[in-house]
Amino acid sequence: MSGYLSIRNLTVCLKSGAPILRSVSLTVSAGQVHGLVGESGAGKSMIGKAVLGTLPRALHVTSGEIWLDGVNLLSLSQTERRKQIGATAALIPQDPLTALNPSKRIGPQITRRLVDILGWSKTKAQQRALELLDEVHIPNATRVMRSYPHELSGGMRQRILIASAFAAEPKLIIADEPTTALDVTVQKQILRLIAEMQQRHDTALLFVTHDLGVVSKVCDTLSVLYAGKVVEDAQMNRFFMRPIHPYSAALLAATPTYTDPTGSLTPVPEHVIEYVEKEVAEHDVRAAR
Amino acid sequence: MRDARGGEKRPIGMRLWLSGGWLTVLVLAALCAPLIAPKDPLMQDLFLGRLPPFWMDGSEPGYFLGTDSLGRDVLSRILYGARLALIVAVIAGSLTCIVGATLGLVAGFYRGWADRIISRFVDIWMAFPPVLFAILLIAVLGPGLTSIIIAIVVIDWTRFARVIRAEAMSQSAMDYVASAQVAGRTRFGTMMTEILPNVLPTIVALLTLEMGIAVIVEAILSFVNLSISTDSPTWGGMISEGRTSVHQAWWVLVFPLITLFLTVLSFSQLGEGLKDRFDPVLR
Amino acid sequence: MMYEIRDLHLSLPDMTRKPLLGAAPRIEILKGLSFDVPKGAVLGIVGGSGSGKSTLGRAMLRLLEPTGGSIHFAGTDITHRTEDQLRGMRQRFQMIFQDPMSSLNPRRRVGGIIAGPLRLHGMDGLTARVNEALDMVGLPQNFAQRYPHELSGGQRQRVGIARAVALRPDFILADEIVSGLDVSSQAQVLNLLGNLVKDLGLTLAFISHDLSVIRRLCNRVLVLHNGEIVEESETATLFDAPQAAYTRELLAAIPLPDPYQPWG
Repeated sequence: MSGYLSIRNLTVCLKSGAPILRSVSLTVSAGQVHGLVGESGAGKSMIGKAVLGTLPRALHVTSGEIWLDGVNLLSLSQTERRKQIGATAALIPQDPLTALNPSKRIGPQITRRLVDILGWSKTKAQQRALELLDEVHIPNATRVMRSYPHELSGGMRQRILIASAFAAEPKLIIADEPTTALDVTVQKQILRLIAEMQQRHDTALLFVTHDLGVVSKVCDTLSVLYAGKVVEDAQMNRFFMRPIHPYSAALLAATPTYTDPTGSLTPVPEHVIEYVEKEVAEHDVRAAR
Repeated sequence: MRDARGGEKRPIGMRLWLSGGWLTVLVLAALCAPLIAPKDPLMQDLFLGRLPPFWMDGSEPGYFLGTDSLGRDVLSRILYGARLALIVAVIAGSLTCIVGATLGLVAGFYRGWADRIISRFVDIWMAFPPVLFAILLIAVLGPGLTSIIIAIVVIDWTRFARVIRAEAMSQSAMDYVASAQVAGRTRFGTMMTEILPNVLPTIVALLTLEMGIAVIVEAILSFVNLSISTDSPTWGGMISEGRTSVHQAWWVLVFPLITLFLTVLSFSQLGEGLKDRFDPVLR
Repeated sequence: MMYEIRDLHLSLPDMTRKPLLGAAPRIEILKGLSFDVPKGAVLGIVGGSGSGKSTLGRAMLRLLEPTGGSIHFAGTDITHRTEDQLRGMRQRFQMIFQDPMSSLNPRRRVGGIIAGPLRLHGMDGLTARVNEALDMVGLPQNFAQRYPHELSGGQRQRVGIARAVALRPDFILADEIVSGLDVSSQAQVLNLLGNLVKDLGLTLAFISHDLSVIRRLCNRVLVLHNGEIVEESETATLFDAPQAAYTRELLAAIPLPDPYQPWG
C-alpha cells in the first residue's frame, strides 16, 4: 500500500441502507496535506470519522479498507483498532470551546494522552507539554498549563488543541474544519501554525473544509465530494487553474472573492446538479450489481 | 444541494396505544361503574369474607377478584375507586398545571422583579417536606375531596413553575422572540403566540406526569386514612386495608396495587407518547 | 437620510464579573459611533468577533437601548422611544437574522411565520401577500404549509427574507445572513437580496465578517473594530486603497481560492 493513509473503496451506510459515503478512495503520504472539500452533507467529515472510528451510531462501514501505517484498520478487533489509532493518529477538532473540558486545567488535558496511552511518566509528559506549547508559540507556557479553558481566547485554545494533537508524534492528523469558528485574522495564524507543525513533524494531514480559499493555502492535493462520492481528485495548483469536473468548476465560481470588482456570483447551476446527481445514481446502480 | 428532510409520518407508537388504551378503559369503567360493577362496593357480607379470585379453589361465582375481610367485592371497589382516582387526577392535575405553568412562564419570559419574587417563593416552598405538608394541610382543612385537591395543588405547583421557567428562559433567548419584537408584537402577545406554543409540549408531558402523581398522592393520603370518608372506596384505602390481611388474602392488596401501578405508568407514558407524536419539531 | 447616528454609545452589564452584592460592572461595546445611512444605500458593516457589529445592528433596530448618543430613523429620534411608541413604526425597519433555525418559530408553518407580522400591522389580503412574498424569494407557494425544520438552510433563510420584505419596509438589516450557508446557497441568497434591494428600492445594512461577500453586495462599507469605526468609505475605494491598518490586516488575511496568492 502506498501512502501513509490509504482508503480503498470505503462505503458507509445508514442503518436503512442509504449510502453516506460511496466507494471513497484516497491516499495521503507522509508530509503531505490532502484536502477534503464539499458542501454540508457531502460526507467530508464522515471520512475522518470513519478513519478514527468515531462514526455516529446510526452509521456503519459496509465495505472498503482503511490502511493506516500498513495496517488495515477494518480488519482489526475493536480494541486493537482503538490502540492502533491512538498510537498513530490524532484529531484537530472544529470547535475549540467544546473540545476542551471546561472544568479541567489545560496541563492535564495535554499530558493525559501521553500518560494513559503511551505510558509516559508524569514528569516526562509535563516536559513534553511545555515544549509543545512553546512550539505552537504560546508565551508563558507554565502559566497557561495551569489555566482553565475559559480563561483563554479562541485562537489560544485552538493552538492548545494543535499542540495536543501533535503531542504523541502521530503519523496522521485529521483536521476537521479547524478554523471555521475563528476570525479571519486568527484563522491565518492558525493555518500557518498547522502547516508549520505538519512540515516540522513530517505528518500526513487530512484537512476537511468547506472553504476553497483555505484549501488553496494549506493543501497539496484534494478531493471534491458530492453526496459522499469523490467527484474529482486533483493536485492543488492544477485544480485551481483548470478544474476538470463541472461540479468543481461550479463550486469555484460560487466562491466569492473580494478581488473581483464585478463581484458576480454564480450559484451552482441546475444542469451541473443534474449531471452530478446522475453520476451518483449510476454509481449506486453499479454498486448494487 | 441534497436534502433528505421529508414530511414522513411516524406511526402511533406502541406506548401511546397501550397507555391510551388503559386510560380509556379506566375512564369507561369509572363512568359506567354503577352499570358494570357486579356488586355494591359497600355491601358487606361477613359470610363471604376473604373469598379468593375466580380461578382459585373456594371462589364464588360473581366475585371475580374475590372479596375483602368484610366480604366486599374487590372488583366493584376497584371500579368505583377509579372514579375518585380520575377526578383527582384530572382536576388536581389541571389546576396544578395552570397555576405552576402560568407562574413559570411569567417568571421565565418577563424576568425582572416578577421572576425574583416567583423564584424566591418556589425556593422557600420546596424546602417543606411535601407529604408532611399535605398531611398537615388536610388535618387543618379537614378530610374531603376538595382538601385533597387543594393539598396536591399546593404541594406540586413548584414542579411546573421551575421546569416551565427554565424552558421559557431558553426559548426567550431565541431569535424568533427578537423577530416578534421587530414585527411590533407586544410582550404579552409574544409570550402567548411565540413562547407558549414552544413550551406546550413540555407542559403536556408534565401535566400527564402530574396526573399520575396526583393519583399516587391521593392513594398515599387514603393509606394514612386522610382521604375522603371511608365510605367511598379508594385504591389507597383498599391497599391500606389489604395490607393487614396480606397473608390470608393477598388479592385484596395486589389487585388495587396493580391498577394503581398501571394507571400511573400510563399517565407518564401518555405524555411522552403525545410529545413524540404531535410535536412538529420532533416529528 | 434613512439613519443618522451620532456618538452612539452602548454598554451592557457583565454578569460574569458581577460582585455578590451590588450592580455588575458594565462593558462598553459601542464607543461613540457616528455615521449616516442614506436612502437607497447598501451599507456593509464588517468586523471581527467582538467588534460590536451585531450590537450596533440591534441598537439600530432598537432591540437594545443605547446608553448615549442618538439614532434618528427617517428624521425621527428613536434613541429612547419605548416599545409602545415604537410599535407603530416597526413595520418600516425590519431585520433578517443570522440563524434562521433560531429566528423562525419551529412550531409555526412558513405561511404563519410570514403572515404574523402582516396581521399585527393590520394588513389585509394575507394569503395573497404571503404568496407574493414567497414568489419574491423564489420559493413555491405550497411551502406556506411547511415547518421550518422541513426546509434546507438556504430555503429557511429565504423565508426569513420573505418575512422581512412582505411588510414592505423602508429599511432592512441583514445580520450575517449567509455565514451558515454553503457557497452555492450563499450565492443564491446574495443574488436574491441584491435584486430585491433594487426592485423594491430598499435601504439595506448588511452585517458580515466576510469582506468578499460585502464586496459583492454593498456600495458603502463601515469597518468596525473594538466598538469603534476604523474606516468608512465607498466599497471600491476600500478594496483598492484601504486606509486603516486594521482594514489592510483584514484584507491580507482572507484566503482567496488561488494557490498563487501571496499570503505569507
